[in-house]
Amino acid sequence: MTVVPIIKRDHIYKLAEQGKRVDGRNFDEYRKIEIETGVVSKAEGSARVKIGNTQVMAGIKMNVGEPYSDSPDSGVMTTAAELIPLASPDFESGPPRENAIELARVVDRGVRESEVIELDELCIEPGEKVWVVFIDLHILDYDGNLFDAASLAALAALSTAKVPAKRFELGDDYPLPLKEPPISCTSVKFNNVVAIDPSLDEEEIADARLTVATDTNGDIRAMQKGLNGSFTREEIQKVIKASIDNGREIRKQLYKNIGK
Amino acid sequence: MKSDIELIDSNGKRLDGRGPEDLRPIKIEAGVLHRADGSCYLEWGGNKVLVAVYGPREAIPRHSQNPLRAIVNAKYNMAAFSVEDRKRPGPDRRSREISKVISEALERVILTEQFPRAAIDVNIEVLDAEAGTRCAGLTAAGVALADAGIPMIDIPVSCAAGKIGGHVVADLGKEEDNFGDADLPVAISPRTDEVILLQMDGHLTLDEFNKAFDLAVKGCHVVSEIQKKAILDRYQSASEAE
Amino acid sequence: MQKEKRKIVIPSQVLGDIKSKNAGRGTFVENGKIYSGILGVLNENERYINIVPLKGRYDPSIGDEVIGVVEEALGSGWLVNINASSPALLHQNEVPWRVDFGDTERYLNHGDCIKAKILSIDESKKLQITLNDRNLYKINGGHLIDVEPSRVPRIIGKKGSMLSLIMKYIRCRIFVGQNGRIWVDGDTESIEKVLQTIYKIEDESTTFGLTNRIEEMLKKDAKDVR
Repeated sequence: MTVVPIIKRDHIYKLAEQGKRVDGRNFDEYRKIEIETGVVSKAEGSARVKIGNTQVMAGIKMNVGEPYSDSPDSGVMTTAAELIPLASPDFESGPPRENAIELARVVDRGVRESEVIELDELCIEPGEKVWVVFIDLHILDYDGNLFDAASLAALAALSTAKVPAKRFELGDDYPLPLKEPPISCTSVKFNNVVAIDPSLDEEEIADARLTVATDTNGDIRAMQKGLNGSFTREEIQKVIKASIDNGREIRKQLYKNIGK
Repeated sequence: MKSDIELIDSNGKRLDGRGPEDLRPIKIEAGVLHRADGSCYLEWGGNKVLVAVYGPREAIPRHSQNPLRAIVNAKYNMAAFSVEDRKRPGPDRRSREISKVISEALERVILTEQFPRAAIDVNIEVLDAEAGTRCAGLTAAGVALADAGIPMIDIPVSCAAGKIGGHVVADLGKEEDNFGDADLPVAISPRTDEVILLQMDGHLTLDEFNKAFDLAVKGCHVVSEIQKKAILDRYQSASEAE
Repeated sequence: MQKEKRKIVIPSQVLGDIKSKNAGRGTFVENGKIYSGILGVLNENERYINIVPLKGRYDPSIGDEVIGVVEEALGSGWLVNINASSPALLHQNEVPWRVDFGDTERYLNHGDCIKAKILSIDESKKLQITLNDRNLYKINGGHLIDVEPSRVPRIIGKKGSMLSLIMKYIRCRIFVGQNGRIWVDGDTESIEKVLQTIYKIEDESTTFGLTNRIEEMLKKDAKDVR
């Protein structure tokens, strides 16, 4: 692990006491977000998202497979994340470690629990054949806040994905049936302040992290707390409010980008 | 399984309209990633490859260190969504073999004696695959290494040739690779034409091999010009005065 | 103003002949010809052909003053990250304190920053640094950033002229390590201004007229000039 100089941490703390962040942003402000879809021709759906310098690519691949025995009429979805050594001097190659696993599972839950993909409409033959949706997250450049970049990339890729029915001789290709997605917003806490969309420096010195996914009504659909620090109730309220506000803006940008 | 499609017609025109010596369109961009010491994004036909270089840095584990020079670790990896049938994430045997031959090719041109006990890590990610990914990967790696300021005696470059429908052609495309008769990826040090990577599978007479080899090397030189322009474009504008 | 370009060269470019010039830094010789070995800026005089690197890891020289970040406290010293191709060793005898074996953590620990000097480089490029000098010490306060080591000379300026220029218009203390690490101290606004100035110099380091442009920029922002 690259060692974080104590001076840097102290400087970030000092700025926080003065109500400032190192890059001049407000505590409830995101870095510039860029969304590009249709970037991989072999994938059924794909997207590349940049938040600041952090870059994540998501690809959707689909296959015909067997349903789970407890949901014979539903399609299947699964999410994998690769923290490839390309993206950071600290990422090692090899089987996914806890960070990659947590990332994949959090993105997966954000999509699954909110039923973004209408899995019920992905049944081909009940109990026998259903569509299987693979969401693969590929981290390309790590500069803080992988959770939000990865979630947004997954949503953008899903939003432009087409079910490859033709390839499997099941009719014409059609858009993957989706519901309105919740948007994931991550904040970190350091020196008793909470900041949304942490930069790499802020993430490296953070005590605790909280991801909140919210929908168009401002309701909460998923939450995940990480790292070994803690949040007070007030801090959690602050994070939720910032997540709702930013979630709304990000959703607007996503829809604009996919032409909705 | 051989298909019935005619890969090349009597006028020498291929499925995508190319002539026997034509390469697919290539686009190269240097210095595209923020964290990496050097990087390159490359499109070659339908291939999309991203390479990041880290180093020279301490080689770990300690026992892998060479007291006389840097070790070059090229890692070739295909994204799960880069191919028609989703690939399970993680290195398979094919990826590991390609990683090895690319590492060995790069070792020939990098001045590794300048960095004892260090490692130079070259991460090659295939984001979209369409035949010739190892050539695309090595070519992008050459640019990324230069972008990282790694000292080299030359910028390595790679191109393949092959045989389809009895004809020797340059730079096989997807169907040509699947249904052709031979595939010959070659990498050279373009300054001296020294061969640093050479693999072949299929069936070639000696005469056909010579023709194919020449086409591949010719292709390498064409691509080399594109590499050099990409690096200069990235840094030239930074050096212009007001 | 006449448009001038500094010549950017890339590996394998022919630059000259050993019959007429000497092969300097960043070059290699093959069959009597001098070639570029790195991506950099051509720096040629009557006797030498040199290349100033545009990118790359810090290449240590004995006597260089650097900023290190302590990685690990060992029994008889510390392993320090100085942004070279491997960490440097700071031996317990090379510090101004009397350190007993195994007691190193008490003085310097993971994350501490130090202003040190390169003491020795052996044949296999193992580095040793020292804190034994009046102007070397453990750094406290301020902020630390990393820039391309190759830009350091431009940021310092001829005989420190660029740094003097910055400190003329902004109240601060700056130390630029040869290894591309820069320490800045002052109030938060000053630190912010200094960093912006340094990033601008880093971006435009190969252009002409940079010093004037920087002075213009600093003049405009200045509140108090020494």
